[in-house]
Amino acid sequence: MPDTLLPGQFSELEAFAPTWCLPTERERFAKRMASSMEDMQAFYDAFFPRAEEAIAYCEKFPLDDMPDDAERLLQLLYSLVMVSFPVETWRQAHIPDSGAAYLDLLIEPMP
Amino acid sequence: MARFEKPVEGSWTAHYPELGTEPMSYEDSISPEFYELERDAIFKRAWLNVGRVEQLPRNGSYFTKELAVANTSVVVVRDMDGRVRAFHNICRHRGNKLVWTDFPREESSGNCRQFVCKYHGWKYELDGACSFVQQESEFFDLDKVDYGLVPVHCDEWSGFIFVNLDKEPSQTLTEFLGPMITDIDGYPFHLQTERFAYRATVGSNWKLFIDAFQEFYHAPILHARQSPVAARPEVQAAGFEGLHYEIEGPHRMVTTFGGQGWRMPPEMLKPMETVTRSGLFGPWDAPDLGLDELPAGVNRAHKKPWGLDSFQIWPNFVLLIWERGWYLTYHYWPTSHNTHVFEGNLYFVPAKNARERLAHEMAAVTFKEYALQDGNTLEATQIMLESRVVTAFPLNDQEILCRHLHKVAADWVDEYTRDRAGV
Repeated sequence: MPDTLLPGQFSELEAFAPTWCLPTERERFAKRMASSMEDMQAFYDAFFPRAEEAIAYCEKFPLDDMPDDAERLLQLLYSLVMVSFPVETWRQAHIPDSGAAYLDLLIEPMP
Repeated sequence: MARFEKPVEGSWTAHYPELGTEPMSYEDSISPEFYELERDAIFKRAWLNVGRVEQLPRNGSYFTKELAVANTSVVVVRDMDGRVRAFHNICRHRGNKLVWTDFPREESSGNCRQFVCKYHGWKYELDGACSFVQQESEFFDLDKVDYGLVPVHCDEWSGFIFVNLDKEPSQTLTEFLGPMITDIDGYPFHLQTERFAYRATVGSNWKLFIDAFQEFYHAPILHARQSPVAARPEVQAAGFEGLHYEIEGPHRMVTTFGGQGWRMPPEMLKPMETVTRSGLFGPWDAPDLGLDELPAGVNRAHKKPWGLDSFQIWPNFVLLIWERGWYLTYHYWPTSHNTHVFEGNLYFVPAKNARERLAHEMAAVTFKEYALQDGNTLEATQIMLESRVVTAFPLNDQEILCRHLHKVAADWVDEYTRDRAGV
């Protein structure tokens, strides 16, 4: 692994990268379900104000030929989408009234 | 007082008098005997959508579809001439499933030049002809010509691949779909190839999940907490009214308003919706679909503000076209009277950059947040319907499509039962 995972201008988010740079929805959903609200709130609070800057950074590259660090930043944005539901809406990781229901995402665009 | 105009009869339901307005029984969703009839009367006679042409990109591309409801598996393949064909997925030698990978009950896909049975090595061309029999001289008067794969009727509409398990289908696919569906012709499904494919096993009758997604009366309540706090009173007070309902033959559709996030004040939106410019109704910035105008079948009543059309194609296929230039499909594959496999597919014009891709991610994640609430509620409904404590349920005018679905199921079962009795 390189010393840093994200583009230099996002170095302050490095602490979240090993946890939240996840390539698939299955991994991101599982991480959300296994995370505490404190951890997800901290990630959201640190990253949300810089989300637009991160999108602008990532969209400079063609999707099918992104530098590794930019692709990890995009994965971090996907994780921000994932935790936004617990943080903005539910105040818990689990979707209310969804019980044991599951919905597996088998095919998704990459990245 | 209705916000949106209803037919002159005073209600959508009265516009289709054959539906009646009586409370409905859900016996058809809890009876193992009725389910056994549905298997033959419906799933072995109707045209069933099993996929799209994009799943068969090249000659030799194939996929299998498990049809537990009809006790079979089919393999769908683009043959060496580019024609899409379907066969029962069974080797003619001793009945082994022909195409599968590792797990015989799981679906499989790939590319091949011929099908080779894992068991004794019999080979089949992609047009179904048997081309090789291992140790052929050991057999008795065997002519390979007599041992081709068993074909299944297969046809395409707008890139959707359908099969029909009947020996002689009573209608062509075009006749079966009828004008309300074929009027969608020309909608550019083929441009929307970025796919999110979901699957789940659900503990309810297949028709209950169709019901859940063919009425939106439930949406302001079951999904109330999905809205920001500021938006909830308005959402719940307004309830839901469809802009247009239409029924034709066994199929039905609803047009609804909604989803214009870009016109809403920020406090009515989730912050992540504002950042990604996306949400339940999809990306706010629609892609260029190259259409001067929509096909006649889309927003067919020319309602404004148009949000989506949901086409419920009999028996188990839903095609939902969003105003913002994307679409999704649902399929409900019965596995017993009180279980089924749900498949949801979201299709977008492929993202050109990370901003567009993130908007798709937001729509897809939001879809799942809602669908999990829907799926779980179905099991709760199934459990209590099976109690038979209550046997008559009132349906309102916004639930007209549920009323129609169950009537069509009853009609097909009745017709089949009469045919079989020779009456």
